[in-house]
Amino acid sequence: MPLATTSQHSSYQNKVASSRATSEPVWIRWSLIGIVLLFLSLFLLVPLAAVFTEALRKGFDTYITALTDPDALSSIKLTLIAAAIAVPLNLVFGVAAAWAIAKFEFRGKSILITLIDLPFAVSPVIAGLIYVLIFGMQGWVGSTLIDHDLKVIFAIPGIVLATVFVTFPFVARELIPLMQAQGKDEEEAGLVLGASGWQILWRITLPNVKWGLLYGVILTNARAMGEFGAVSVVSGHIRGMTNTMPLHVEILYNEYNYAAAFAVASLLALLALVTLALKTFVEWQVARNASSHEKSFN
Amino acid sequence: MAKQKNILPGFNLSLGYTLLYLSLIVLIPLSAAFIKTTELSFNEFWNVVTAPRVLASYQLTFGASLIAALINAAFGLLTAWVLVRYTFPGKKIIDALVDLPFALPTAVAGIALTAVYAGNGWIGSWLEPHGIKVAFTPLGVIIALTFIGLPFVVRTVQPVLEDLEAETEEAAASLGANRWQTFTKIIFPAIWPALLTGFALAFARAIGEYGSVIFIAGNVPFVSEITPLIIITKLEQYEYASATAVAVVMLVISFLLLFAINGLQWWFNRHANAAR
Repeated sequence: MPLATTSQHSSYQNKVASSRATSEPVWIRWSLIGIVLLFLSLFLLVPLAAVFTEALRKGFDTYITALTDPDALSSIKLTLIAAAIAVPLNLVFGVAAAWAIAKFEFRGKSILITLIDLPFAVSPVIAGLIYVLIFGMQGWVGSTLIDHDLKVIFAIPGIVLATVFVTFPFVARELIPLMQAQGKDEEEAGLVLGASGWQILWRITLPNVKWGLLYGVILTNARAMGEFGAVSVVSGHIRGMTNTMPLHVEILYNEYNYAAAFAVASLLALLALVTLALKTFVEWQVARNASSHEKSFN
Repeated sequence: MAKQKNILPGFNLSLGYTLLYLSLIVLIPLSAAFIKTTELSFNEFWNVVTAPRVLASYQLTFGASLIAALINAAFGLLTAWVLVRYTFPGKKIIDALVDLPFALPTAVAGIALTAVYAGNGWIGSWLEPHGIKVAFTPLGVIIALTFIGLPFVVRTVQPVLEDLEAETEEAAASLGANRWQTFTKIIFPAIWPALLTGFALAFARAIGEYGSVIFIAGNVPFVSEITPLIIITKLEQYEYASATAVAVVMLVISFLLLFAINGLQWWFNRHANAAR
């Protein structure tokens, strides 16, 4: 019962704050807070600050030059293309999988859920490797591809495939528990009132899960734009051709061109910060909707 | 509840599409790895996956992942505790920042950690005079793996801590338990399944990690070379079959971990429901 727990939270926090018996002495409290802040600073804040400091170390002009370099621009373009294909594909898959799993009973459902999670358990390097085994020169369909003059590995299609693989579960994982919790009463009511299947999906189900959907898309997009290991295996690292932003960062870094490497990296770090902000906003919306629901129920 | 006929449409279409897409993107490509290894005889396979350099990489990968997951278990629990129980300025921002390792591309994390922990970096220049070298040593691998596993324990323990009933703690206190006893006897038993799940997730993620590690590790064979890098090196030398052999070893271990985590979560949910 999510509605009941939210009301418990607030009363619970008041109780903790007001009761001495269930709280720690002030000095313990502040030392624990101090330890946590130190730990998070060493591992999160300092590295994050380092990205921007290193990026601007040689001045703002160098920074802009690094970002407007043709190879950098082409890497930005490729990253956007890969994400623009991977996100919608996995979005459609996530909705389909959640519809089948949340609205119907069938045998092997828990196995299916585990299989959807598989890409999370696979090392990114292996995610790239398996596509090389299929589409590479000596792969299963490699010679057929050469005959038709098609390139997958060391080309854009391979990069897109690897990106789709590593971001595969995100939307489905957000939607399945959400749609399971919402049940199917509203959909059945819609059906009784004469709505078609697509109308039910567009008018009832999707509006009900819009925040979960958005959450999944945000996570998918962040991972799609930032993926390194899987893409690195299939890309071939051709400058200006098959380099995504993270790969471009690696090349610049290995050439000891630190200022330029960190300049491109700072764009990706900004993307991460925007992702976190959007994520927090969505969580806040969900909490607000839950509490307004609660009010209307009382 | 009596079993009733489901009247909603779209079952065949949605399940069919799910299975087709799953097979094309995940299952068939993954099976390619297992089929490729059959090109090797069992002896060849065994020689590849137990070569001294590969064995050293397992030791580093699993050892560093284990240490990193343990660090995350301890500090993750503490972080979750502080975020749920205490108020302090900037708490909301800190809470949001915990997910940074999920959102920050691994390559960026890798070069940032290297810059900070290298001999001339902000933290490295302060550690090195004390004889602690982080960058380009196994210690650097542990730092990178701690970074990428950081959110898992916090995010699995946090909701469980939030749902704990204040009444049980009050009862313990009124029966004369001190804070430490209440923690070890009342709170810890309630959160340890979540802690274990978070630990396992952080460990599983660390084993496969590549991007954040290779910059800070220095990649010295036998010393700071992780298993995913071994796979990449073999691929670059066009040794596809032996690269795949090492990959299969990792895949099997990852799958076992995934099943263990799913089992843990199932057990944990049953446990939680029984307690209600």
